[in-house]
Amino acid sequence: MDELKFDEAICAKCETYDCIMKCQYMDLDLEQAKQEKWKLIRGEDSSILTDCVTCYACEEYCPYHNHPFYHIVEMQERLGVHPVPKPIEKSQVTAMGPKGRIDYEEVRQPVINMCYFPMMKGSIRGKLFKDVSIILGSDIFCNLMFLHFARNSTIKERLPKIIDNIMTYYLKDNNIKEFICYHDECYGTYTSWAPAFGIDVPFKPIHLFEYLYNKLVELKSEIKPLNLKAAYQRPCSSRLCPETDHFVDDILSLIGVERLKREYDRENALCCGGVFEAQQRFELAEINQEKNIADMKAFGATHCVFNCPFCFFTLAERVSKNGMIPIMISDLCHQALGE
Amino acid sequence: MEKEYADILHRCFRCGWCKLPTNYQDFNCPAYLKYRFESFSSGGRMWLIRAWLNGEIETSERLSEILFSCTTCKNCVEACALPKIKDYLVDIFIAARGDMVEQGIIPPPVRDYLKAINVSGNPYKMPQADRGNWADGLNIPYYNSHEYLFYVGDVGSYDEIGMKMARSVATLLKDAGVSFGILAGDETSDGNDVKALGEAGLFTYLAEQNINKFKELGVKKIITLDPHGFNSMKNEYPKLDGNFEVYHYTQVLSSLIKDAPPLREVHAKVTYHDPCYLGRWNNEYWASRIVLGSVPGLELIEMDRNMQNALCCGGGGGNFFTDILGPGEDSSSRVRVKEAAATGAEILAVACPLCYKMFDDAIKAEGLEEKIHVKDISEIVNEARKK
Amino acid sequence: MDNTFGRLAEIVGREYVSNAKEELFIYSRDQGVQDPHAPDYVVLPNTAEEVKEIILLANEKKIPVVPMGGGLVLSGLTIPLKGGIVLDMKRMNRILEVNETSRYAVVEAGTSQGMLKAYLEKNYPKLKHSLPDAPPVATIAGNIAIHGSGHLSQSEGGFHSEMVTGLEVVLPTGEILLLGSCSTVPYWFSRAPLPDLVGLFLGWNGTTGVITKVGLKLFPKPALHDVLMFMTEDVDTVPDVMYRVTATSMAEDVTFMITPKPAMLEGFQETIISIVANSEEEMELKKKIIRKSLSSYLETKEAGFLPIPPNMKAPILETPQKDLSRFADVSKGGGFEYVGGIMPVEKLPEACRAGMSIAQENNIPYSLGGRVIGRLHSVMFFFAYPFNRADEADMDRARQALEDTNEAVLKMGGIPWKAEASGQRLILKQMDPATYEFMQRIKKTLDPSGIMNPGNWEVN
Repeated sequence: MDELKFDEAICAKCETYDCIMKCQYMDLDLEQAKQEKWKLIRGEDSSILTDCVTCYACEEYCPYHNHPFYHIVEMQERLGVHPVPKPIEKSQVTAMGPKGRIDYEEVRQPVINMCYFPMMKGSIRGKLFKDVSIILGSDIFCNLMFLHFARNSTIKERLPKIIDNIMTYYLKDNNIKEFICYHDECYGTYTSWAPAFGIDVPFKPIHLFEYLYNKLVELKSEIKPLNLKAAYQRPCSSRLCPETDHFVDDILSLIGVERLKREYDRENALCCGGVFEAQQRFELAEINQEKNIADMKAFGATHCVFNCPFCFFTLAERVSKNGMIPIMISDLCHQALGE
Repeated sequence: MEKEYADILHRCFRCGWCKLPTNYQDFNCPAYLKYRFESFSSGGRMWLIRAWLNGEIETSERLSEILFSCTTCKNCVEACALPKIKDYLVDIFIAARGDMVEQGIIPPPVRDYLKAINVSGNPYKMPQADRGNWADGLNIPYYNSHEYLFYVGDVGSYDEIGMKMARSVATLLKDAGVSFGILAGDETSDGNDVKALGEAGLFTYLAEQNINKFKELGVKKIITLDPHGFNSMKNEYPKLDGNFEVYHYTQVLSSLIKDAPPLREVHAKVTYHDPCYLGRWNNEYWASRIVLGSVPGLELIEMDRNMQNALCCGGGGGNFFTDILGPGEDSSSRVRVKEAAATGAEILAVACPLCYKMFDDAIKAEGLEEKIHVKDISEIVNEARKK
Repeated sequence: MDNTFGRLAEIVGREYVSNAKEELFIYSRDQGVQDPHAPDYVVLPNTAEEVKEIILLANEKKIPVVPMGGGLVLSGLTIPLKGGIVLDMKRMNRILEVNETSRYAVVEAGTSQGMLKAYLEKNYPKLKHSLPDAPPVATIAGNIAIHGSGHLSQSEGGFHSEMVTGLEVVLPTGEILLLGSCSTVPYWFSRAPLPDLVGLFLGWNGTTGVITKVGLKLFPKPALHDVLMFMTEDVDTVPDVMYRVTATSMAEDVTFMITPKPAMLEGFQETIISIVANSEEEMELKKKIIRKSLSSYLETKEAGFLPIPPNMKAPILETPQKDLSRFADVSKGGGFEYVGGIMPVEKLPEACRAGMSIAQENNIPYSLGGRVIGRLHSVMFFFAYPFNRADEADMDRARQALEDTNEAVLKMGGIPWKAEASGQRLILKQMDPATYEFMQRIKKTLDPSGIMNPGNWEVN
């Protein structure tokens, strides 16, 4: 257990090295890509270790699901690379750690796991979330954000206890076997990271968008199409569960919103840049954000739809200063239902 | 005093945030504004109450004056920097007043007010039967299964200005087709200011009288003239099993106005004073503004101290009747009307009969009659309805 | 029978004098740990003339006089150590003049920080004054009189006492004087080029007279305001961080903080860099320049800029900040003791270590931090120890921590700021005897009856 299911034999047979060649931030030719990849595999110093901006995209790019990004993180940690300054890293490890404040609670399905986003509780309202039970807190926080900090070890250390907390305090005695993940990083933790590291997940995570879509279908007669053009800001975490991206199309289509076919969406999505700022890559963050916003505007977006609260915090002000309305996808759905 | 209050008295830092509004314009605590001694600020009161309960200072007339000078406007609750104690400040002052009432050390005007309510059922020592006189000639029915009970209260029943306001509101509601009746002589004092003065026992008695009457008549919804009554009926009556849907008249007007027949233009500059018992006590800042905004031609000018920063008229906490703060230059009503006049407004719009009277007197005291006069929201709308 | 009360009532009006037990109780103490000393009278003057009459009466009766502004100094400087009259100046709160072109304001001494801020925002939105991190009722005069500092101290010229362009004072012998350019011309633009008499009333704890008016520098107010937070793990690097940032001239305010709570901040230092700008471009440029100045730290990842989510930024950008007052409730106790030490920046690491050690020895929570004054010409370092006012033992620990801190500050080469009487005595003990003698001579000359805030700046 805890050992990453990474098979170097797969990389040996790979001809395209998509993980590096498709990377939006590394500019290497195929030969250089091969060399740097194999340095990494051999545990040697490689430019990948410091040039990787931790956007998670290569997890999606690899056609063999050989976990290139998780492997980079393993190597970064092993070789003592710190993408984020050490005091900030340590401070966040303390800040986001479990506080031991969890207690048994009676919950009923549907249960929504809001992870460690108490500030977003206000979005759980109305017809879409009627009778939903909310669970959240540091003691059930997935900790997957530490991928950005080169700390697989922190996730490995905490996740088994987190899973146990969820089972013990919320699911077992309430006879519940599944819950909705509010943030798709949570969903990615249980459907991608945990299996990659051989950690058992005894419950079924449901993606928020799957839940939203099904709920909207139920309430179809109450939807008033919004007739909007929106740019979708695809977050890093979506790269861990690309199979859920179609729900964005499905939801937006149901509520009368056009997902603009802009350059920086889907496989070519740009990181919001929030993590780059933590990594002190301010110029890169600035360039990324400018490109992203310009792209949204060029395609005539009136709204920018967000999936991830962290993307929202990072980009919302810039989006609105550029004449577009930043909005979380669930809030857009509320609007379509007249709420 | 309840233990939960006594246990937090020491947590007041006496940092003074309570003296100012959240935008720091000017002193916003009516008692501190008038007296200017630290002892009359909310922080000073907290420290003195603690010292009193600890036996460091004795019960005295001065302490009584300090405790009863608070108008319960809740500026301190709004502005206090300490999140764990701010919500309790006014409750603590009222609880301390309760202790004073029990000991019988209360300023004579407070004693007289409570006695009048106890004996006559109202602070004016007028006959109960006269409560309905304001409605003479308006043909308003006694409550009988109407949608709403229109509850007028002490000031609306007996004070000249209050009665004028009651008539104006009732006329407007009637012409708007609102189904309502009144209780006239069967109204009991709502008790809000009795409670604010620390007489919890008398308040309970008054409230129960009203609650029993309302239940007996099958009242479900109430419109109040007075924000003080609104506050009691909305927030305190449920604790005594008096559960009704309670509205202030401006809230009802704001929901009716969008469907009202077109109003005539009223070309006037108006500034609106947020009454404490609607605003800071009940977070209602918009109903009156929606109504005023619906009157064509009316220019609404906000005072610097508006909404949660409004300077209390000085009539709250029983001071309307006890006048402990007095009429001096630093009385909050006089400071407030000067502030209103400084906006250039000709009309100071109010939503409370106590504010109306306080400001009417203050305008005279300041010699501002040529510059500004008081009107309540319903009077302004009625003006816009006249052919 | 003593007719002092009646005479005071004649001067200010009956309603503005009190010797009631309640007022004496409140005015005998402040929010810190100093022992209470009751006044005999509390008086609220409304004009300089009234102050003069009160002073003349006090001279006649040999009654001490203690001027008081907001009363928020926390070290008991407005507690009447020898009884007498507390002069609560807050009725004198009129803003008399704002000269927009020459950027100064003239205010009565009791004008509060908050009201001046609100007045300028409304009437002169292009101007602001330097705000201390005190509650908004703190007064302009009280703050300059204790050499306070605030959010413009780094960029706009040092302590708030250095931002004074003139004073009106009432001497302990009753004369009303104008000091600075206003003594000669009808403008309050400067203390120069006249002999500087203003300094005789700054830092003297009211022992040389009563300030009744203040001329105060105002500064341009750019439209945009943002903040960067730089996190370090090694306190010895903080002076270097400050040196580099201040060398860029891009920051408006540079403060720093060390606190064990919340837990995520324990063991780290945050240097908070406040930036103002007139446009987004200017803001971005300033941020770039500041970041560049610290690039060597960023390259080694030994330190870095902490991303601040929007909901956390708003309280940091607030002026004045409520957080300082909230710190009083850390021990759920409504109090904190606050020792400031003015010191050279190279002493900062030693001060941090001393503060943490003192807190540990006295078993008391702490918060440490400070502000750069001028272009790093000194640092106002604060040691804040919260205490529970309902727990006498806790207050004792805070008292001890305060005394230990005063000693430690002096030993390391700093000087306790706005020190209470016992702290003042420590300072005077260490002071050059000739300087001390000179101070006493000035006090004696100005206050021959010894009525002004006695017990302050005295060795005995």
